[in-house]
Amino acid sequence: MFCVKAEVEETLKRIQSQKGVQAIIIVNAEGIPVKTTLDNSSTVQYAGLIHQLVMKARSTVRDIDPQNDLTFLRVRSKKNEIMIAPDKDYFLIVIQNPTE
Amino acid sequence: GKTMVKPPDQLDLSEAELKEEFTRILTANNPHAPQNIVRYSFKERSYKQISSVDQLAIHFVLEGNLLHKDSDEARRQRARDGIPEDGAEDAGDTEEGAGEERPDSLEISLGKKERKLTNQFNFSERASQTMNNPMRERECQTEPPPRGKFSATANQWEIYDAYVEERRKQEKVKEKQKVLSSKKEEDKGKKKLQLVENQSDDITKVAKVAKIIERMVTQNTFDDIAQDFKYFEDASDEFRDQEGTLLPLWKFQHDKAKRLSVTALCWNQKYKDLFAVGLGSYEFTRQGQGMLLFYSLKNATFPEYIFSTMSGVMCLDIHKQLSYLVAVGFYDGCVAIYNLKEQGPQPVYRSTARSGKHTDPVWQVKWQKDDTDNNHNFFSVSSDGRVVSWTLVKVLGGTLRLSLDLYLKPFLSCGTSLDFHKQIDYLFLVGTEEGKIHKCSKSYSSQFLETYVAHNMAVDAVKWNHFHPKVFMSCSSDWTVKIWDHTIKSPVFTFDLNAAVGDVAWSPYSATVFAAVTTDGKVHVFDLHINKYEAICQQAVVAKKTKLTHIEFNPAYPIIIVGDDRGYVTSLKLSPNLRKKPKEKKGQELPKGPEVEVAKMEKLLSLLREPETVPQD
Repeated sequence: MFCVKAEVEETLKRIQSQKGVQAIIIVNAEGIPVKTTLDNSSTVQYAGLIHQLVMKARSTVRDIDPQNDLTFLRVRSKKNEIMIAPDKDYFLIVIQNPTE
Repeated sequence: GKTMVKPPDQLDLSEAELKEEFTRILTANNPHAPQNIVRYSFKERSYKQISSVDQLAIHFVLEGNLLHKDSDEARRQRARDGIPEDGAEDAGDTEEGAGEERPDSLEISLGKKERKLTNQFNFSERASQTMNNPMRERECQTEPPPRGKFSATANQWEIYDAYVEERRKQEKVKEKQKVLSSKKEEDKGKKKLQLVENQSDDITKVAKVAKIIERMVTQNTFDDIAQDFKYFEDASDEFRDQEGTLLPLWKFQHDKAKRLSVTALCWNQKYKDLFAVGLGSYEFTRQGQGMLLFYSLKNATFPEYIFSTMSGVMCLDIHKQLSYLVAVGFYDGCVAIYNLKEQGPQPVYRSTARSGKHTDPVWQVKWQKDDTDNNHNFFSVSSDGRVVSWTLVKVLGGTLRLSLDLYLKPFLSCGTSLDFHKQIDYLFLVGTEEGKIHKCSKSYSSQFLETYVAHNMAVDAVKWNHFHPKVFMSCSSDWTVKIWDHTIKSPVFTFDLNAAVGDVAWSPYSATVFAAVTTDGKVHVFDLHINKYEAICQQAVVAKKTKLTHIEFNPAYPIIIVGDDRGYVTSLKLSPNLRKKPKEKKGQELPKGPEVEVAKMEKLLSLLREPETVPQD
């Protein structure tokens, strides 16, 4: 795995081109969106709400066992699915509608 | 006279009038009091008559000068005069006084007065008021210290993290102390690197999560395939007697690999969802670049690792224990080792003409156990007729070097396939271009232990059985697959598949199940335990005119991957009939493990040893 900028950009492009992917948002540790393919207001809304959810989820997992950590979170709703993968400094949000 | 004298102006009244009664009422009303006092009422803004008028008439007033002894005025007077309040107190005081001397009693009585004695002749009080200093308010406002809000939670994991961080710092300090003097310059260099890293774009930090997300998205897209892979079992197998089917799952393809054929497939033993695909070309005329790709079942859309090579890849092998080491053999005769942990498109080592690379395409590479010096080593076989052992030797400088160790003197024919015995380390088989198979040993480098006349054309693959120590299998472009017992010179089983056979593979779960792929795009699965003459599954898995080149069973899951000459790798799930285990007899516990498999095979073989003839198709 090469941690080169181009590789990462390519990966994100591939994700975007997958069937049913509606948006990709990258949010930094403070909850500020860094990169997005969605309009500004929705991005800010998603970033703020999901940031809290991820903190809560992570806190839950680690409280039970401090050596454990959250790998990813899927929130499936009627209309689409929100996938969140948290990292130490960032987290990535992808909204997909897989039945499209 | 005492006679009544009438005054002259007396009123004369008649008798009747005299008897008239006149009522006179005595009231307490004051006749002088006014009867209609009117006062202005501010409340009603009008003059109103007072309802009751005071009728009291005062005739005489004299103010006296007597005070009641309990009243306030009386008390004040007494205090002024110093007269004791009660007669009872008085008596008590005099008693005390009698008990003491006279002057004392005087003092006591004096003391009780508590009055300031002033000299009435020569006393003057003088008071003056001093100047009061003017009050002035002086205020000073400082700049408030900068404030920041701090909030944190004390969770179990935050405490744990803090301890881990502390420990890491301590270890760093220890390390620094150890390597302080000798590596000063290196540290400087490292510092520079670190600076560069911090300045690099933020986007690179997202790499790991981007990968996870990609897998999640792909899982959603291919949700049905993932479910099939995990849970689908073909129910119609029960009705199908003994045949089975193959369910197509994911299909792996890469844009840059379109014009290349799959020349090698290998599953990773440690990460059972990772497999390697070697791409090159079998055509002599169409030689160009090659590729080495690693795919994971978790993401069928894009490979995990991509390596481009100068020459077509012909074979590869992943080390059984150190699954990041991959040995690759090329069409131009080179061998190379890739280390997946290193970043970089180049192999860790590559053989050159000086280090003794083969002069013809390398057809098979196989890792071996580490030698006595704990160096890694592997074998390769090539059309130039040599079977060569390569050892990675760690030289002083820290770099790796391949050293060459020729195991067999060049034999006349060209080797096309190689396989080592699973249990017996030194025993291996080499298949040749002329169709012979040689059984060799590492300890005898100049002689073969045995030679089998196997096929009419080149032997494409030889594979030892995973369980039974004596059985191996070979396939060839002469349309046949043959199964051998290495102690017997002629094949135990022969199968004709009506097309050139590209590859065969034994299954890892049963000693009697194996699969073969042919150039007509079909996969044939055999189970000798069920049917000794025919395949229990023959299925075309790719489009027409596509040749299948390689096949491999997954070590853990019931799937196989097949590679074709268009660069695609298709994964297929084996239906239950193809993975049958012997049925349990009621009341008996089924013994599990490789011994069962061996026993199964042995039973089959023993059936065949009695009759002299080999069963023909």
